[in-house]
Amino acid sequence: MPAAPAHEPRFAIEVRDLVKRFGAVAAVDGISFEVARGTVTGLLGGNGAGKTTTIGMLMGLILPDAGTIRILGHDMPGERAVLLERMNFESPYVDMPHRLTVRQNLTVFGRLYRVENLKARIAELVEDFDLAAFVDRKAGQLSAGQKTRVALAKALLNSPEVLLLDEPTASLDPDTADWVRGRLETYRAATGATILLASHNMPEVERLCDDVVILRRGRIEDRGSPSDLLRRYGRDTLEEVFLDVARGTRAEGAEPAAAQREEVEP
Amino acid sequence: MSATRGAGGFSFTRVGAMVLRYWYLLSNSWPRAVELIYWPTVQMLTWGFVQLYVAQNSSFFANAAGLFVGGLLLWDVLLRSQQGFAFAFLEELWSRNLGNLLMSPLKPSEFIVSLMVISIIRLAIGMIPVTFLAIPLFGFNVWGLGLPLAVFFVNLVIAGWSIGLVIIGILLRQGMGAEALAWSLMFLLMPITCVYYPVATLPAIVQPIAWALPTTYVFEGMRAILVTHTFRIDLMATAFAMNALWFTAAVFVFYRLLAAARRAGSLLQQGE
Repeated sequence: MPAAPAHEPRFAIEVRDLVKRFGAVAAVDGISFEVARGTVTGLLGGNGAGKTTTIGMLMGLILPDAGTIRILGHDMPGERAVLLERMNFESPYVDMPHRLTVRQNLTVFGRLYRVENLKARIAELVEDFDLAAFVDRKAGQLSAGQKTRVALAKALLNSPEVLLLDEPTASLDPDTADWVRGRLETYRAATGATILLASHNMPEVERLCDDVVILRRGRIEDRGSPSDLLRRYGRDTLEEVFLDVARGTRAEGAEPAAAQREEVEP
Repeated sequence: MSATRGAGGFSFTRVGAMVLRYWYLLSNSWPRAVELIYWPTVQMLTWGFVQLYVAQNSSFFANAAGLFVGGLLLWDVLLRSQQGFAFAFLEELWSRNLGNLLMSPLKPSEFIVSLMVISIIRLAIGMIPVTFLAIPLFGFNVWGLGLPLAVFFVNLVIAGWSIGLVIIGILLRQGMGAEALAWSLMFLLMPITCVYYPVATLPAIVQPIAWALPTTYVFEGMRAILVTHTFRIDLMATAFAMNALWFTAAVFVFYRLLAAARRAGSLLQQGE
């Protein structure tokens, strides 16, 4: 992967002692982690583990109660306006305007991100994501797979240096999901972008991620590379590791859970 | 690596992007465009015929033609500017697009300005044809008011924006559960701001509340022109001053509600 320029911080994302409470519930309870530049990090956890809240804070949509977030060396949310032009986000739970065509949507978002040579960039994405057959169709008329491709094209419009993905392949058929993963791998390899991926799909995490952060009840329960986690838990798949963590069970002979590491090697 | 221009302050490019987004929405959906004209037309026809009937039976109304239709048209400017502002924002909730916008570089101030622009566009589409329709049907030419019309218009639009701002702040904080406010809040003002009758008609205890609304001065000013044929500069100056106060307060309330929504995490939970 491309090395970070000398003047750029080593980590694209640095989270320190992050806390977010909703009433008496600690949705995020003092987590710290880093995401090295050019890597893909998986954010895993069951429902209510704190993944979406963490992503919300990384995007500046939710204000933390305590802790700090630095993205590309800038404070979030303090320097949110500067950062968001260098980031993007995709989730199947956020739609594009249904009554606008795909081209109109990409045009609007391209202008919001002030993308230079927008027409050429849209043409490039239409080709890369194979959107030509429905680029002038309204977004509300697309299938789930087509919508995901359009949402990913929108997420890459500004060639983001940091890309946050919330279950990007949820509800997609295996073929389309595989295609999406391929596009993400290609984008990362071509640009050296940093990707943080929240997912419940363990094969996807094993395939894409260099590092995995497992959340449980707002805390980091464990972290490591997929191969490291498999070795330490004595399991064959990440899904089994996930179940061990979620249920507090362990295979016989498994190593104790590692303490939260201060940092991870890219 | 980024293909974007350097980040700066307020961006008219982003304002233009949002106006374009709403323009696409209107131009892609003819029922939306028709709906903009439909209600003002129905209202104008109803009140126009009421006025004809009353004028036939009252010398006062016969001599002050246009009181009802004029009140209605100006009321619609106020209502449509608020609704145009709030409905454009609601479109983002209805289409589940708000997350994309809030996670884009779009600043709240740019979002607000784009909503102002689109509310004027929607207002123009809805109201201009109706004002021309009122001329042959009821003999009332609102354009004949001249400069005072522009002053009335500006004051009413700013008042509509102030209320629209508070409504979208509440929507951000409370989600779609507060949608009904966008439709109904303005009607709470209707009896108090004296669209069709003078402030003196109200009970004495309510009159101070009426005079606390910038819109009341506009409707009183309209009646002064139609009844006594005088343009009350004092009323308009007060309306502008009160509008400045109300708009500033609305901006403050909006930003407080936005900050509260960020603290509560409700920006990620927009829905029922």
